[in-house]
Amino acid sequence: MKAMGVLMLPAGWFLVLAAVLLFPSPALRGAFAVVGFGVEALGLGLTFRSHLIPREEKK
Amino acid sequence: MASSTLAELTTLTCMFFILLVPFAAAGLSLMNVGLGRSRSAGHMMMASLCAIAVAGIAYFVIGFAWQGVVGGPAHVLNVSGKSWNWIAAEPFFLRKLSSDSWYASLIALLEIFSVGLAALIPLGSGADRWRLRAICLSTAVLAAFTYPLFAHWVWGGGWLAQLGVNYGIGRGFLDASGAGTIQTVGGLTALAVTWILGPRRGKYSADGMAPAIPGHNSVFVLFGCILALIGWTGLNTAGAMLFTGAAPTGAPLIAINTLLAASASALTAAFITKARFGKPDASLTSNGWVGGLVASSACCAFVSPAEALIIGSIAGTAITFSIEMLELRLEVDDPGGAISVHAVGGMWGLLALGIFGEFRGPVPNVAGNGLSGFVTVTGVAPEQWLAQLIGIATLLGFVLPLTYMANFILNRFYSYRVSVEGERQGMDLHELGAGAYPEFMTHTDEFLPR
Repeated sequence: MKAMGVLMLPAGWFLVLAAVLLFPSPALRGAFAVVGFGVEALGLGLTFRSHLIPREEKK
Repeated sequence: MASSTLAELTTLTCMFFILLVPFAAAGLSLMNVGLGRSRSAGHMMMASLCAIAVAGIAYFVIGFAWQGVVGGPAHVLNVSGKSWNWIAAEPFFLRKLSSDSWYASLIALLEIFSVGLAALIPLGSGADRWRLRAICLSTAVLAAFTYPLFAHWVWGGGWLAQLGVNYGIGRGFLDASGAGTIQTVGGLTALAVTWILGPRRGKYSADGMAPAIPGHNSVFVLFGCILALIGWTGLNTAGAMLFTGAAPTGAPLIAINTLLAASASALTAAFITKARFGKPDASLTSNGWVGGLVASSACCAFVSPAEALIIGSIAGTAITFSIEMLELRLEVDDPGGAISVHAVGGMWGLLALGIFGEFRGPVPNVAGNGLSGFVTVTGVAPEQWLAQLIGIATLLGFVLPLTYMANFILNRFYSYRVSVEGERQGMDLHELGAGAYPEFMTHTDEFLPR
């Protein structure tokens, strides 16, 4: 889960870059970039979750 | 006025403001010391000095060569007929600088202080458990690679700065004084380091409780806030002059905006903690103060004083709740609150520039591989919010994984975390061999395992 979360961060960034490169229309570009940012947010959430401390390790 | 006289005047004015920046470093160091435990106070101050020293040397050797200045040599990719300037190609060891290259020299001076400031940010998160040698290693990577790369994209005429020219997205990604390049990069490194180090012993118990481990000296923390204001005034003004072409006459407004953002942020944090806990919390209020300074760094040159107040208030609210969420829900043990203050505050400041920013004065006109001069434009830039969002996405999608992987690999070769015995004993005795307060009474309960 940790690796997947960390990998989703650049995946979202590539979507944002793709939006800049592929869409000349401002509306479409903005929407696609926001979706890419959303993927990054999911990745960040997953990375945070994967770093939660297991109950047996809490002391 | 002759152009040489103007250049000398601008250089002198910039020099004055740049020389205020070390006050920000002093303020952050004091805050980090005060928010940590007394048994690690000397270690924290020693680590601050070492981090500034290592950052300065690493930046001198490699960092500046990769950051470069606008118009300097760089590696450029050609994508669909547009140039993507991704890294500078200046000579190593600051060999570019001479007494004639005043613009590059000023940038190098500001950056060598700024990279030290960025290096101090993760120290607050790793307090009480991060070893001194590991701090130096991590700082070297930050100052030599992570920081210069992103700084080149924003301040060196890189692809983020060119978004406006190449794709018509606002005026490209703008960050007047380092809310992204200094603060968010430092804050995200703090997050990576905190994940790698794990929490302090006793911070999270098996019954789900997260007892507060209060800082040992709130006077240090609050005095650090005052010093930080002086430093940030210099940083914001010098950055705006060097990177966005603000005139020296704009300095008073920038200083006013800086103070107002910090004031609104601190008062909002004090109000929220008073409303929720019955009394204002000094630690969170001081975090709010610095968070307001951080948010102001992006936009202080482009907003009105009233807008600076609004930006500061939102920063104070976001930071207060972010600190609580990180500590209690996400189990991120960040004694200095650096992640919320610098990463969350910085990203909010960058976004706020896209929402509130108006361009009354000159802004850099980055064309192709270089700066063709500062042009005067007015009004709101269309899609500026998108340019800012792309910059923030780059911080989260590129800088965070990069700094996480770099620190993860370093930790494999040289363990970041001090031994259990060392943590129990305190970093001062364990790593330095002497406590910061040898004549003070020691509270024995601090040495018991929690």
